[in-house]
Formats: sequence, structure tokens, C-alpha cells
Amino acid sequence: MRWEGDVNGSAGSAIALRGATVRFGDHVIWEKLDLDVVPGTCLAILGPNGAGKSTLLKVLLGLLPLSAGTITIDGRPPGHGSAEAGYVAQQRVFDPDLPIRGRDLVQFGVDGQRLGLPRTRARQVDPVIEAVGAQSYADVPIGLLSGGQQQRLRIAQALAGGPRMLLCDEPLLSLDPAAQEEIVAVIDRHRRENGTTVVYVTHEISPIADVVDQVLYVAAGRWAAGSPDTVLTTQSLSALYGTHIDVIRVHDHIVIVDGDGTGVGAHHPHDDHVHDTHDGHPPEGHPH
Amino acid sequence: MGLGFLLQQPFAQHALLAAALVAVSCGLIGPFVVARGMAFAVHGIAELAFTGAAAGLLVANNPVVGALIGSVVVAGLIALFGAKQGERDSSIGVILAFGMGIGVLLLGFYQGFATAATNILFGDIFGVSGSQLIILLVICLIVIAVMGIWYRPLLFASVDPEATEARGVPVRGLGLLFLVVLALTVTGAAQVVGTLLVLSLAITPAAAAQRLSASPLVVAGLSIVFAVVAADGGLLASFQSNVKASVFITSLSFAIYVVARLTGPLLRDRRRAHRQDRPAGQEATQPPADPQTAGYACQDG
Repeated sequence: MRWEGDVNGSAGSAIALRGATVRFGDHVIWEKLDLDVVPGTCLAILGPNGAGKSTLLKVLLGLLPLSAGTITIDGRPPGHGSAEAGYVAQQRVFDPDLPIRGRDLVQFGVDGQRLGLPRTRARQVDPVIEAVGAQSYADVPIGLLSGGQQQRLRIAQALAGGPRMLLCDEPLLSLDPAAQEEIVAVIDRHRRENGTTVVYVTHEISPIADVVDQVLYVAAGRWAAGSPDTVLTTQSLSALYGTHIDVIRVHDHIVIVDGDGTGVGAHHPHDDHVHDTHDGHPPEGHPH
Repeated sequence: MGLGFLLQQPFAQHALLAAALVAVSCGLIGPFVVARGMAFAVHGIAELAFTGAAAGLLVANNPVVGALIGSVVVAGLIALFGAKQGERDSSIGVILAFGMGIGVLLLGFYQGFATAATNILFGDIFGVSGSQLIILLVICLIVIAVMGIWYRPLLFASVDPEATEARGVPVRGLGLLFLVVLALTVTGAAQVVGTLLVLSLAITPAAAAQRLSASPLVVAGLSIVFAVVAADGGLLASFQSNVKASVFITSLSFAIYVVARLTGPLLRDRRRAHRQDRPAGQEATQPPADPQTAGYACQDG
């Protein structure tokens, strides 16, 4: 059983997938995926580890071709790592001695892929640094900043090329709840002011639940798409996983637990490259 | 013998020129070695220059060419076995141990005096011939050319490989290119300061430079200057004594690092003071942060 978004054609879509399938050999990651994302939408790609969320992100970035089906970004096939899409990866620890300042990191978003010597131009990076509120620490070595500060600068880097779409791969992982909230707010303000399409790949929807318009849930090679209220229900996720799943809303947290209470993460035979079995944890929404 | 007289001798001129060429190459790649956490790769490649040299002696009676070809093979093996960051160091250890064993075996087959191979281990700066000088010059030019062309994407990939890949940069290919350039540089350096002391030119100057600045190009410039000062300064000092040049080069290099470590925090404090003096600076409006970020008044949240 599948829930589909707007199926009236891909003319004005920021992202349009038709029968999209990715296979590695005989191993199907997900198949016959149909999705339309209207420009300016905030889309959350959810699912347990190993369900192929990051694979989908690679497809959106144009780094991985589909095995079958079609994809268009703004009506065109995605360019190979094109500047149309800004990319924010999960926060990782920078070495304190790394000879890079925040503004150098942001400049890479403008021209990091180009040959030659690095040059940081205030004219190109100052506006985005200001947009994410990082001007007071943009000259500090990146490794000395807090996780939240580093993440703001990564967002500035992703925005520096003026992308029409922002792809965020677990951008809130390893941040504390206060920093998570700030990062979500920074991204959402940019989206509302500029009409940028935002895609979050995450296994935990709670921190972004307030800003998400559309959900794509991938699990066990299947998928479901639609508004958060239609997809994140006991009925729809049970159909997706093929077993009874409880979706429980506690205040602003959304908790997804399978029938015997052990967490739906145990139901992903398509775990190809991530070996986290979620022992006893639901894949998302578990309270902090 | 006065220094002036010595400096007119071809062997001394060759030595100074060779040291400068090696220092420029090492200083230029040093910041990348540090940023990519490849100190052990430098060590491994340098020691395996011995095996290459032994093979070169045996096959063509030419240790230098043997060492250079061997280093490119080693770079390829490290890229092949150690593609993932986590397994790189263990793969280098594996390759290093096996390679050294092969080196000892090869040297056993060699009938002549094996000084040429052991010189690679400890450095023979005063034995640099005209043809070796040309090889060093070519290596230096290759390093400058590769760095000049790929500096920006290489730096991007060293700092943030995922974001770099997302921009369509072939990160793995770039990593292999860097390994090959690193291997050539390290093997060249091995002839001057010796395999065992290569780290003092390929890593120490860059590590010192990073203590003093966070601007990528300033760090590159300082790293080159420190390497040249250590290499040629150490050489000039050794002219005046009976102690081997390697000792002076490594000592000078280490001294620069210690001074940079001591003065680096002071520079940061001064920069902070300067910033807080600035009227209407946003920095001054923020409270000083925790000790880890001390020197930069900043904390979000």
C-alpha cells in the first residue's frame, strides 16, 4: 500500500521521481519510488538505518545513477555534484589544529571544487555567514568551535553557492537539543525567506516535526510518502513494515515502536552498509 | 677551513641546494599531511625507500631510481589497502613490516658494498651528485605543479571529504594523487636527512606553522619557510662541526616547533585583545567562552 503525493505530473516540481529504483547487484535498496516535491517544501526522508536514505540523497545530488526510473531536479536530470544543491553533512569532529577558519570552510561552498589556490573573499561569504548568525566566530579555527557553531558554518557553506535545494544528511546528530533547535530554526528561516527546498535525511523526526511539510518513509525496500499526519500513523507504518507498528505521540515527540516493543529497526533485511541493529531502540523519536 | 671557503666547494653548494629543494617540497605538502593525519604514512613510505633502494641496487645498480619507483608502488598499495580512514594506519603497518623484510632479503643478494642503501636510512647530504640534484629539482617542480593546480579541492577534501564529494570532486582520485606526490617527496627527502628523520621536514614545520595561524595560505608559507630554515640552517651549522647534518636539521626543526607551541597561544590572546578593542565589534558583546575555545570569545546557545 502506498501513499503518493501530488501525482499530477512533474512540471513545477523541485524534485520528481518516477519509478525510481536503486539496485546493487540483486540487492534492491528501494524500488518504484514516485515522489513530487513542490519548491519551497520541507521534506523529511525517514526510516531505519540501512533503509537507503543516504542512497537516495546521493541520487538527489547526482552522485549515483538510478538503476531504473527517472529523476528530475527542477525539471532537469541532476548535475554531477552541481551547485544547484547545497549539502549539509552530519556534524563531525574537526581537529583543533586544522588550519581552516570558519570563513574558509564557507568559501569552499562557493569554489571548493575548482582548481587553483584557495582565496577567501569577504564579498562572497559574509552575507551567508551573517544569514546563519556566525559572524562573531567566522575567523576562529574551525576545530575550536562548538558543535552547533560548526554546524551553522556548514549550513553557510551549503548556502554559499545560492542553491535552490538544501540537502541535509543527519545534520542534527551529536548536537544537544538546544543546538538542534537553533540549527532547525536557521535552516527554516532561510527556506521561508528564499523559497529554498529543504530535504532532511534523518532517523529521528521529533526535532524537525514542526517544520516538515512532507514525509518519505523508506523501510525494508518499500516506501510511503505524504504529509506527516498521513504517513506517520500506526496504520500506514504497519502496512509498510508488514507487521504491527505503534506510532505514539508524546507532547512534541513522535515515537515509533513495533508490536513486541523491541523497535522496528530489527525489520530491515536490506541493511547493506550500516550495521546498527537498533537493539531495543525505536528508529526515531525516542525521547532524549 | 672557513665557511666562506666551504661555500665555494661544489659538494657544499650541492648540499645546500638539495636541502632547499627537499625543504620546499616537504614544507608545501606538510600541512596536508597533518590535516589528513598521515604522519604514519610518511614514516612508512620513508622506511620503505630502503627496500626500493636495495631493489634498485640489485637490478640496475641505482638506489635512487629504485627508491623512487618503489615509493610510487607503496603509495598505490596504501591507497588500495587503506582506502577507509580507519584501516589506513594498520595497512601501512602491514605493508611496512613486509616491505622491510623484502628489503633485508634483497640487500642480502647484493654483492657489493651496501652503503648506498644504508645511506638512504640515515641521509648522505654531502654525497649528492649532479644527477641526484636534477631528480630533486624535478620532484620539487612536480610537487609545486600538483599543489598549485589541486590545492583548493585537496584542502577541501582534507577538511571535509563528504561535502567535497557532494560537490562532485573525485575525492578518492585526489587522495591517490596526493599519496603519489607524498611518496616522491618523502623519498627525495630521505636522501638528504635520511629515512628515519624525514618526519622532521615533512611534519614538524607544518605542525609549527599551524600553531601560529589558521589561514591556509599563511600556514603553507610559514611551513615552507620553517622547513628551509631548518634544512639549510642545520646544514650550515654542520659545516662548522663534526656532527652530522641530520642532527642539526632535526634539532632546529624541533626548536622551531617548541617556540611555535609556546608563542601560538600568546598570539591568539593578542588577537582576542585586538578584537575586543574594536568598537562595535560583535565579538566584544559575547562573553568569554569555555577554556577550550578560550582566546575566541564565542559560544552559541
